[in-house]
Amino acid sequence: MHDMCRLGFLHLVIIATVKFLKLLSKDYRYERAKNVIFPMALPLQKRMHFQHSMSFQRHLKTLRVFSISTAAMFFLGTAFAQFRVEVSGVGLTQTPIALPAFKGEDIATQKIAAIVQADLERSGQFKAIDSAGLTYDETSRPVFAQWRTRKADALLTGSVARLPDGRFDVRFRLWDVVRAQDLGGKSFAVNASDLRLVAHRTADFVYEKLTGERSIFSTRIAYITKTGQRYQLWVADADGENPQAALSSSEPLISPSWSVAGVQLAYVSFESRKAVIYVHDLATGKRRMVANFKGSNSAPAWSPDARFIVATLSKEGGSQLYAVDIAGAVEPKRLLQSQSIDTEPVVSADGKQLYFVSDRGGAPQIYRVALNGSNAVGEPERVTFSGSFNISPALSADGKSLAYVSRVGGVFRLHLMDLNSGTSMALTDTDSDESPSFAPNGRLIIYATQMNGKEALMTTSLDGKVKAKLNASQGDIREPDWGPYQK
Amino acid sequence: LGAISKIALLFKYLKENAMNVLKTSYTTIGAIALTLLLAACGSSAKLDNAAVSDVKPKLVEQVASAKADDSKLAQVATGTVSSSASEGRKIEAVNLQTPPLLVTPPDGARTIYFDYDSFIVRPEFQAALEAHAKYLNADQTRKLMLEGHTDDRGGREYNLALGQKRAEAVQRALSLFGLGAGRVESVSFGKERPAGTGEDEATRAKNRRTELVYK
Repeated sequence: MHDMCRLGFLHLVIIATVKFLKLLSKDYRYERAKNVIFPMALPLQKRMHFQHSMSFQRHLKTLRVFSISTAAMFFLGTAFAQFRVEVSGVGLTQTPIALPAFKGEDIATQKIAAIVQADLERSGQFKAIDSAGLTYDETSRPVFAQWRTRKADALLTGSVARLPDGRFDVRFRLWDVVRAQDLGGKSFAVNASDLRLVAHRTADFVYEKLTGERSIFSTRIAYITKTGQRYQLWVADADGENPQAALSSSEPLISPSWSVAGVQLAYVSFESRKAVIYVHDLATGKRRMVANFKGSNSAPAWSPDARFIVATLSKEGGSQLYAVDIAGAVEPKRLLQSQSIDTEPVVSADGKQLYFVSDRGGAPQIYRVALNGSNAVGEPERVTFSGSFNISPALSADGKSLAYVSRVGGVFRLHLMDLNSGTSMALTDTDSDESPSFAPNGRLIIYATQMNGKEALMTTSLDGKVKAKLNASQGDIREPDWGPYQK
Repeated sequence: LGAISKIALLFKYLKENAMNVLKTSYTTIGAIALTLLLAACGSSAKLDNAAVSDVKPKLVEQVASAKADDSKLAQVATGTVSSSASEGRKIEAVNLQTPPLLVTPPDGARTIYFDYDSFIVRPEFQAALEAHAKYLNADQTRKLMLEGHTDDRGGREYNLALGQKRAEAVQRALSLFGLGAGRVESVSFGKERPAGTGEDEATRAKNRRTELVYK
């Protein structure tokens, strides 16, 4: 009751102040005042909606400088610039957060705060505030005033210490700067090899506290690299770092696809001079053929129950879709009959829809058909109508968004369609985008593209405004697939 | 019957002539030679035009009865007579009365090139494909892989399907020369194994291909 009165009073004060400022100042100053004052009455999570106009205006000027300087830093290889995060356009909603280096992290092999910062910035929902020159003591409350002057809404503090057994003790605490509140913290005791994971889990904590949504920084991605004539399948952290080779071959590898549990990968290997689908157990390295029929076997897509994959086989002539039993107990079941190319199947997370690419209408377009278990039900319906060449569908976990590649004016660009309204838009201005894949929370898309004549992996926010290029050690990097949430 | 065999011999002669012309130089092919080439190596439609129409049914009967009466002998001699079905094949059956016995795969083109966004086997490759079909039918121990390829534009999986379509187009062309499906496997590498790298049209044209690989 008392709180509500206080809130009401505060509201009046805000209105009065805003009106007063409006009289005194120009519009932009009103905008500024509104953003400075109004959010104080709200929890940080809700305040985010009020940040964008101010934070964006504030950074608009520095934006061009930022992209140039970050590009330079990228090549210099500083800890800060492990990603080149590009921000473009207007209307961004980004929470300003200060992430000073964790106290004592110089002793650690990984710079925790920098990794957290890169994660949060890559999400498109956070803006890192420069914390140079400001100090803190992780054992006591921060001096909030000094962070407020830097326009930070949140502050992450932490420390790294060496334990007697050689492991690292990592602690962090998240603060709401505006309301001077402790938002919680965690501590980890880990080996040096797990420091990056700790940083990603810290970023997960911050993201989930401040957005109220599930976070994906500690998930993993799979991708393929080609270095000379060497093809390798990798599993890496969601930021592309900490890569571990799962397979190496002198013949091409394509189309890695995570099982729903995140313990197996299906992929296509040309090791026997033709396309054959394998399922690979990541923990043991054991792999087996699941589709090696006459002709080509490709484009594996897992069913949610992991009992079958939908794949493109040409065993009866033409590229057609089949449900292939993982156990190999029954013959592949042909899902559709067409005289055309049917390929690139995607099974929705609820297992009830099958999206695929078909040129049955003369040019490749994305279609969908209802699934009942491993049976297609009814006639396929066309999903994409704009553009004459649409391929490589990817579906968000909630089934509401479709990412795909559209050829427009001879170039291949990542597009996003809202499946409810049917509206779609290009997310990039690059020319050779390929194989999009959603993060499990549906807030980011990873895709392959070409930059400066080299294949690269990028992530983008769903509005296309925040993009980050993932580091590639050497050679070309391609065919990303974003894995599920980890336990 | 005498007239029929004369016609058959004439075709055989024309065809061999045309093959030689093809091998030596395209530039020396005159208008007449080109017509002969098309008649000999091209589609059956051309042959229909050239042949005397009322003779055809008898020819069919003759081949059919020869197959029925002496199918074993035909198979041993050629390996393809028994699988002849189309009109184009019927003409082949006559030629195969004295089959050229190849001991190594033919020197003719091992790579069939395609136009952009096309899956049509161009006429210039028909002679080479016929030679491959003949060879395979003569040596039943050999098998053929048809490896379809695309240029570098577009997604990997869709290109894999396009390459598959190119391999299967060549397989269909070979089947018209009597090569059974059991002797050949059509696969695709999509854009994974380009013949050359480069974004110019000449390079891309080299990459849109089906390679014939003997096993």
